[in-house]
Amino acid sequence: MNIVVCVKYVPDATADRKFEDDFTVDRVGVDGLLSELDEYAVEQALQFREKREGEEITVTALTVGPEKAVDAVRKALQMGADSGVHVLDEAIAGSDYIATSLVLAKAIEKIKADAGADLVVCGMASTDAAGSVVPAMLAERLGMPQVTLASVIESQGDQVRIKRDNEGSTEVIGATLPIVLSVTDQSGEARYPSFKGIMAAKKKPLETYSLSDLGVDAGQVGLSVAWSQVEDTTERPPRTAGEIVTDEDGSGAGALVDFLASKKFI
Amino acid sequence: MSEVLVVIDHVDGEVKKPTYELLTIAKRLGDPAAVFFGSPEQGDAVAEKVKAYGAGKVYVVDDAQIKGFLVAPKAEALQQLAEQVSGGDGLAAILLPSSFENKEVAGRLAIKLGSGLITDAVDVQAGEGGPVTTQSVFAGNYTVQAKVTQGTPIITVKPNSAAPEQAEGAGSVEAFAATISDTARTAQIVATQPRQSTGRPELTEAAIVVSGGRGTGGNFEPVEGFADSIGAAVGASRAAVDSGWMPHAFQVGQTGKTVSPQLYVANGISGAIQHRAGMQTSKTIVAVNKDPEAPIFELVDFGVVGDLHTVLPAATEKVKERKG
Repeated sequence: MNIVVCVKYVPDATADRKFEDDFTVDRVGVDGLLSELDEYAVEQALQFREKREGEEITVTALTVGPEKAVDAVRKALQMGADSGVHVLDEAIAGSDYIATSLVLAKAIEKIKADAGADLVVCGMASTDAAGSVVPAMLAERLGMPQVTLASVIESQGDQVRIKRDNEGSTEVIGATLPIVLSVTDQSGEARYPSFKGIMAAKKKPLETYSLSDLGVDAGQVGLSVAWSQVEDTTERPPRTAGEIVTDEDGSGAGALVDFLASKKFI
Repeated sequence: MSEVLVVIDHVDGEVKKPTYELLTIAKRLGDPAAVFFGSPEQGDAVAEKVKAYGAGKVYVVDDAQIKGFLVAPKAEALQQLAEQVSGGDGLAAILLPSSFENKEVAGRLAIKLGSGLITDAVDVQAGEGGPVTTQSVFAGNYTVQAKVTQGTPIITVKPNSAAPEQAEGAGSVEAFAATISDTARTAQIVATQPRQSTGRPELTEAAIVVSGGRGTGGNFEPVEGFADSIGAAVGASRAAVDSGWMPHAFQVGQTGKTVSPQLYVANGISGAIQHRAGMQTSKTIVAVNKDPEAPIFELVDFGVVGDLHTVLPAATEKVKERKG
């Protein structure tokens, strides 16, 4: 069995994230890293393998992105994935969800032909675009069941059951492999790479695919053919400094209530 | 005018507020037509409600073949409906309330219809080449204006993106029979346990949100008491959820709910980026925190440096006194 885990290289959320002049996300001027929410996906892929002792299971980390995006795959390899695939092609820059999911799906199909893809694992969202739509789009394109936003994952044979928190309820979802699975940050803390893991990662296979390797026409992807277009971006003006009072002998509560009353909240 | 499909947000036929917000937005773009996934018996009652907000048509889609499976059947049904409407009066846009589930429906639908998709809009206005959306991105630090350039615009819209405006619509009910394929019914909902209602307003829809973080030390009573005194929803930071003090459904932040209320009161919450992403666009922000250096104070309109365990109960009493 082979598990493909999709990982995204994103600008650090704690840095000052910016846009380029063409309104694409600045992925060069801001330090990047493996999206925190994809660390949970890598973790669950590894746990899936570890729980099924005695079975031969490999984990392939897959990313689509610019040159530096390979760091996301490297991190996954350091955590314990067995091999990596980086889809790198200048034409991909500026792709929307539609094109990104197309490239990912084609890459997964290629991995499937070579090593198999019995389980595709994604994070619940990226920390930059935060759309949460790519896992569902992958399921649509690959014709696999979509089992998304899992907080608990159990499997036996080819059966997978997950628990998830929906808007107003907790649900149990069942499906038969192969599936596309997405996991939330409630699924369990992601492991840190060990020193041994970091050293071992250097020797693990890491392949680079171009669009032509995947049979995707360059005219199908990228900013110029995106099905949605950003017309403008505006930095939110910094909030003007508010009034801060220090609570002394109960003065804080009075000041708080006075403020709320002055704004007609009470 | 072309129709604008609005997917109704409801629980067992009880229509929720974001539906009316979307109908109000839909009117800017064309003829609002509501889509009800549910029991056909509830169709007429739902139509009565949505026609008061301008729904000309109400498509009732029997969800008997749909509700037991995740996302894919709904996307299939919407595709068939969209294709029927496109062949009739034309289709200007498809609007869905921005929940995790609806975003996934929208994602699959976009691929099926060959349409561009915009998620989590906080405003939608009519533009020359179709709807122009506003999104709040990078933890609320930027706003982005965008439009769909291919196919029927599919837009998911966050709660509180418009003030619902009443407008009389025809509300004519039309049953729509969708054909759901076997391949769309492969992720089965084996069990559902509804969460118990707290009796408080819905977190994402509330005008006021009072939330607590690490500083509560696990005791949410002061937070809940104050919330109830001013009719607010209760929220929690990721630290409070990770500590097991509050269920994940209450989490405000990047991986929880994004709220944009009139008033947000953060108690014992430091204001990490993860939390800010979920509340930074609130109109008025107030914080109570022991640490004067807490980053949350950079965002506030009003802040109290003090212990929430003494400030909030005292404030609750004062609110009650004022209300008499």
